[in-house]
Amino acid sequence: MGLRTPLYGTHVSGGAKIIDFGGWDMPLNYGSQIEEHHAVRRDAGMFDVSHMCVIDLTGARVREFLRLLLANDVAKLTIPGRALYSCMLNPDGGVIDDLIVYFQSESWFRLVVNAGTRQKDLKWISEHAADFGVEVRERTDLAMIAVQGPNAIIKTVPLLPADARAAALEIARFSGTAFGSWFVARTGYTGEDGFEIMLPAEDAAAAWLALKAQGIAPAGLGARDTLRLEAGMNLYGNDMDETRHPLESGLAWTVAFAPAEREFIGRAALTRARAAGGPVLVGLVLEERGVLRSHQQVSASGESSAEAGRAAPLAGEVTSGTFSPTLNRAIALARVSKGMGPKVLVDIRGKPHAARVVKPPFVRNGKALIEI
Amino acid sequence: MIENVPDDLQYTKSHEWVRKLSSGQVEVGITHHAQESLGDLVFVEVPQTDRHVAAGEACAVVESVKAASDVYSPVSGRVVASNADLAQRPELLNQDPYGAGWLMRVELDAGAPGSALLTAAEYAKTLDAAE
Repeated sequence: MGLRTPLYGTHVSGGAKIIDFGGWDMPLNYGSQIEEHHAVRRDAGMFDVSHMCVIDLTGARVREFLRLLLANDVAKLTIPGRALYSCMLNPDGGVIDDLIVYFQSESWFRLVVNAGTRQKDLKWISEHAADFGVEVRERTDLAMIAVQGPNAIIKTVPLLPADARAAALEIARFSGTAFGSWFVARTGYTGEDGFEIMLPAEDAAAAWLALKAQGIAPAGLGARDTLRLEAGMNLYGNDMDETRHPLESGLAWTVAFAPAEREFIGRAALTRARAAGGPVLVGLVLEERGVLRSHQQVSASGESSAEAGRAAPLAGEVTSGTFSPTLNRAIALARVSKGMGPKVLVDIRGKPHAARVVKPPFVRNGKALIEI
Repeated sequence: MIENVPDDLQYTKSHEWVRKLSSGQVEVGITHHAQESLGDLVFVEVPQTDRHVAAGEACAVVESVKAASDVYSPVSGRVVASNADLAQRPELLNQDPYGAGWLMRVELDAGAPGSALLTAAEYAKTLDAAE
């Protein structure tokens, strides 16, 4: 038996197929993963993401601490409630984790980090927090439900605590607001609008069932993966890890090199890496039938002219691949030599298959962003 | 009939089924349990007709959103037909694994020893044991 969220029993009685996910017993699907995917793109679906780790950082010097800890710069967070996506790096520039930080007040920032990295994250954060007098508190008392889709907000609002209903409609994208013991954020991992709701663990089952009664479809980790990949969002452990830095993981946009005087952990290594160049993370669309999967090898198509005169052959590897239910085509993120494409070959079970390099995201707000 | 394990078919431990046709040929597919474990199927690669398959040999690939899985031929013989509908509609395999989701029809090798296939009851027992 693995770790279980406060909603485990609700999932089992709701017919979920349970799998092990990083030590957690989590729902893979409640029947059809593809139908759950479409529910999120077309209407509203919800995910139990209580396995993720909520960490409250409090103290007078929290902002100063986070400016050292994170590769993105929390100085950008000037309006209370606003959130920022960032990597947390080791001194070599490798990604310890990716996370969202919500600015609540000068003495309170909230982090949401991945489930599988919980222990090492807490250790790393605590080690550095001590120098700043920042208190690190893991909120195991909270559950988290992500409600996502074009109708997610309108269907969810009537079920929020009374004092939150009107205010929740005013929450700006990529912001989060506390309402007593509830916290409602307009963030997500699907490329659709919606909320991520943190709430007391004892309220989670009732909230889940009420949301379901509103016509919000329970969705499992299977749909969560196809949705995030269509949205061009990285998965920690697949698309980046401690051996890969953000610049080769499609996350250069999350690294704040300016202002130059801000010191952050990993900065020196990233500055060197930026000068050296290196592989890049790109999107792939398979032009043939089949499914792209992690670790499939990518090579230059014979039609590519960039191959001529190069010391090292152009090459790459799929980091996340799946079948896109929205596009009805296999898509992937792949780490490849810079300059590869647009035509490439992917080795699927020993046979080369034609694929095309594209710029993610593949799908946003229900619409395909690439031509098929 | 045991739930989702039709009596009139034979089975393998690796979750294929075999149906004897009146022509003497056999039809092959994957079981209800197999499609359910795989989840929504999105790609099916069926064998070329006229290809010879040996019992236990990988003869088809079924891919779900989750994973790719080989299908092993339960019999030895020549593939006389494969289900072309699955190219466009792999979901047939989820919806009707014992009917419209069939994979291939095989003309058995003359004189080939009958391979050790399971009855419905024996196959159902392997599923119970795995749970």
